[in-house]
Amino acid sequence: MDILVCISKTPDTTAKISFKNNDTEYNTDGVNFIMNPYDEWYALVRAIELTEQLGGSVTVLNVGPSSNDIIIRKALAVGGAGAVRIDTDATDSYTVAANIAEYAKSKHYDMIFLGKETIDYNGSEVGAMVAELLDLPFISYAIQMESDGNSSTITREIEGGVEVCKVEGPAVISAAPGLAQQRIPNMKGIMMAKSKPLTVVPAILQDPKVSTVKYQLPPAKSGVKLVDPENMDELVRLLHEEARVI
Amino acid sequence: MSVLVYVESPDGHFKKTGFEVASYASKLAATMNTDAIALVIGKADQAGDLGKYGVSQVIHVNSNDNIGFDSQALSRIIADTAKEVNANVVILTHSSSGKALAGRIAVRMDAGLASGVNALPDVSDGFKVTRSVYSGKAVATVSINTPNKVVSVMGNSISVDASGSAVTPDNKSVSLPATKLQVIEKKVVSGSVPLPEAELVVSAGRGMKGPENWGIIEDLAAALGAATACSRPVSDADWRPHSEHVGQTGIAIRPNLYIAIGISGAIQHLAGVNNSKTIVVINKDPEAPFFKAADYGVVGDLFEVVPRLTEAVKKFKNQ
Ligand SMILES: Cc1cc2nc3c(=O)[nH]c(=O)nc-3n(C[C@H](O)[C@H](O)[C@H](O)COP(=O)(O)OP(=O)(O)OC[C@H]3O[C@@H](n4cnc5c(N)ncnc54)[C@H](O)[C@@H]3O)c2cc1C
Ligand SMILES: Nc1ncnc2c1ncn2[C@@H]1O[C@H](COP(=O)(O)O)[C@@H](O)[C@H]1O
Repeated sequence: MDILVCISKTPDTTAKISFKNNDTEYNTDGVNFIMNPYDEWYALVRAIELTEQLGGSVTVLNVGPSSNDIIIRKALAVGGAGAVRIDTDATDSYTVAANIAEYAKSKHYDMIFLGKETIDYNGSEVGAMVAELLDLPFISYAIQMESDGNSSTITREIEGGVEVCKVEGPAVISAAPGLAQQRIPNMKGIMMAKSKPLTVVPAILQDPKVSTVKYQLPPAKSGVKLVDPENMDELVRLLHEEARVI
Repeated sequence: MSVLVYVESPDGHFKKTGFEVASYASKLAATMNTDAIALVIGKADQAGDLGKYGVSQVIHVNSNDNIGFDSQALSRIIADTAKEVNANVVILTHSSSGKALAGRIAVRMDAGLASGVNALPDVSDGFKVTRSVYSGKAVATVSINTPNKVVSVMGNSISVDASGSAVTPDNKSVSLPATKLQVIEKKVVSGSVPLPEAELVVSAGRGMKGPENWGIIEDLAAALGAATACSRPVSDADWRPHSEHVGQTGIAIRPNLYIAIGISGAIQHLAGVNNSKTIVVINKDPEAPFFKAADYGVVGDLFEVVPRLTEAVKKFKNQ
């Protein structure tokens, strides 16, 4: 089974969020970037497990500039066989999806994996777009997946429960917590990653369909009101009369 | 020109988020001097009731009632309908289905997509709308630059307006395109409130010591009619299912009330819950970082405080 795994780069989960240039741009000063956790922990690992079980290989793909090579190498250290970087500053989701689809079109992957969302843009947009551009089924928020190489059974998360579905042939799948267990690359993996192929291909560009014009920080809380632990009637009263939430 | 809103009817019923998107579409259509048209696909009781939320027309597409969710087939019906009614804006719920459909519809309509928006757009100069980014740590204003637009709306972000009146739905029959996907089974936990759309959430962390102690959390949730959630180490240790894990790498929620019990308030946890309207923190450590993000705090042992709170809630409900 040959699988394409789309990975993105995001600020570290503890990174400070601030903005520059009149609040139009994310301030990257001192920010450490990581592979988007859903892509790394769940999509990439489940894809590698499937190739270990069924044969074939995992290709890692990122749409982004050369400064992303460091996270691509990490994906290779975890177990990707080779990587592709489509060389452009990823702007809107549509541009990212169009480039992923353009690359995947000629390669006939058996499966395409993504993360359920990026932890910076929180879009959950790219996967569905790639699926439509390639006219493939899309199974989002997969928390379990088994495959015999052609027929796959996938459990996906829905509101208040799960849905189990079966798909024949290639599909696009977005990974959610539970699909796999995080793998920490070992020394051998890190060494081998250095010599694995990383191909850079030019991007197809178009005007961004969506652009961010301004960022704001959420309004700060006014401060906590402490309630006597012996007096929970008082807390209930506050929630009812003051906060008006119950 | 018109605004088309797709309203989900899981198991034949609309949900509050459905009324929210219908209200959203109607208010948007009014500012654009046009009509909002609702689209319902599959089984739905009283589809015409959507008129109460301001839509001028309801199109009810009847197809095989047993179809499970297939984004490939459904997105086609929605995009085709948008074309038929000359809609240049399509509104969806930012639910698990909505997220899987939005990108597909955007591609079919060659439209810009703004997902998970939390307010009505400003259409005075272009089309600008706000959405939460950086896992709740910031808000971005995005501009959709294309003539066609797709917008998915985050739950609990717009108030429902039911001041209109019901309409007679236009029934339509459409045969679904065949796809390679087959839904085998749908398992919904009945009775409990699904976390992403819950208005009240009771959540607990490692302070609970072990899964055997969760009874007091469930009792409090039952007394309030709330959904239950947990921190990541709790689901990683299999004390609770992954579907309850909230935070940056779990689900992001924005309920009216979030009660955090025995959770320290790590930045990755806060990222998933800091859009909650009111936050209550119960923790025995007065220095727990969560208190900084809280509206109300109780410093005390959760094993004593939580049962006491449950009793107080029951007393209040019985009044
Ligand atoms: C990349 C990354 C992503 C992450 N994503 C998430 C995420 O999405 N969601 C998430 O939750 N975490 C996430 N984490 C983990 C996060 O950093 C914290 O480790 C985690 O949230 C801590 O969980 P906790 O508060 O339950 O446990 P702890 O930090 O151990 O806190 C337990 C709390 O319980 C209190 N307590 C103990 N006993 C009692 C008692 N008897 N009565 C009252 N209070 C008591 C303690 O004072 C303490 O504050 C992530 C971490 C990383 C590195
Ligand atoms: N620049 C990118 N390059 C490759 N894959 C990406 C990129 N951006 C997003 N993705 C993939 O699309 C998923 C969803 O992203 P989003 O729609 O931004 O939430 C991510 O989890 C990645 O798997």
